[in-house]
Amino acid sequence: MKAKIRKIVTFVEETRSEMGKTVEPPTRRAAAVAVIENPFSGKYVEDLSELMEIGEELGGLLSERAVASLGIPGPSVESYGKAAAVGENGELEHAAALLHPKLGTPVRKVLGKGAALIPSSKKCGGPGVPLDIPLGHKDAAFVRSHFDGMEIRINDAPRANEIIVAVAVTDSGRPLPRVGGLTKDQIKGEDGLR
Amino acid sequence: MHKVEVRKRVTVMEEVFHEGGPAAKVPLRRAATLSVIHNPFAGKYVEEIAGFMEDLNPLGLEMAKSLVAALGGDARGIEGYGKGAIVGQAGEIEHGALWHVPGGYAMREILGNAKAIVASTKKVGGPGARLDVPITHINASYVRSHFDAMEVGIADAPRADEILLALVMTTGPRIHARVGGLKASEIKGEDGLR
Repeated sequence: MKAKIRKIVTFVEETRSEMGKTVEPPTRRAAAVAVIENPFSGKYVEDLSELMEIGEELGGLLSERAVASLGIPGPSVESYGKAAAVGENGELEHAAALLHPKLGTPVRKVLGKGAALIPSSKKCGGPGVPLDIPLGHKDAAFVRSHFDGMEIRINDAPRANEIIVAVAVTDSGRPLPRVGGLTKDQIKGEDGLR
Repeated sequence: MHKVEVRKRVTVMEEVFHEGGPAAKVPLRRAATLSVIHNPFAGKYVEEIAGFMEDLNPLGLEMAKSLVAALGGDARGIEGYGKGAIVGQAGEIEHGALWHVPGGYAMREILGNAKAIVASTKKVGGPGARLDVPITHINASYVRSHFDAMEVGIADAPRADEILLALVMTTGPRIHARVGGLKASEIKGEDGLR
């Protein structure tokens, strides 16, 4: 494995009620987050291909872990998202190299499908920085009930020479969606949008 | 008798491979399970609250069991534990103290009558408040390698009329423990201290 991983943290959230109203079945979402060494910290490096390959490895590893923590088969995942936070000796472009060129393909392999763009966010920050992972339906980006976000943080990461990389998956949309728009039973699933 | 209403559950599992030193043969695993419950005493002073401890017993047992499951399913693999609570702003610190008995006894029961007192902390706070839950060895509080803590929190909890209840377990010492003191291999296991 190319990635030098210091720790992996998984988060599982289950919402059973909201404003006293029962959520049945409960909505569940999970994030798997790796803390890795940044091979390019402290210097400007033009060619970021090493981080792109690390992104590919982490796409498979983290999506497998996140799906496993929900205890469901990959194809049952409804929405997904990804994010990275770069420690202070790195640059935002390092997060882009991890997330955008190669991370998505192995995620879609684990999920069986995934026609929609994987929504993403990135930032630079210190240990404990909150990371808001955007979430969208995996087959149709316009499904309004599944627009969401999941906040995660790890108190001791990223250190200056580290990057945290997160993949989040859900088995559902928001707990009590009621703002209309495209619903999941209307998905055509051809273009990743509707 | 009050109904225990759970709004959401969050489980966090950390797998630590190293912290700058040699990678451990077996990674350290630390897990926390958090329940966000309605505070039946929010917004007013209630003299008699102790009965709620008994109402919380089933939730304590359920949370302790789910922690063991998150850490591999074998209670014999658990070496450290701790507990804590964050009371939403319409409650008082004394409401957090209701968790000592149901949270502590549940873990000790599930772990084969662990002998050491369960380390704990609590506070009043708003949504997103963080809590550093202290951790000690389950059979001898003075085991220095197992003194640890795990930071927990949930972005949207506790709301004013809620309590966030936390239980934490670990599978071993700090990842690079090397400051001496009583070792786990030297435990007499009679008084819960040494």
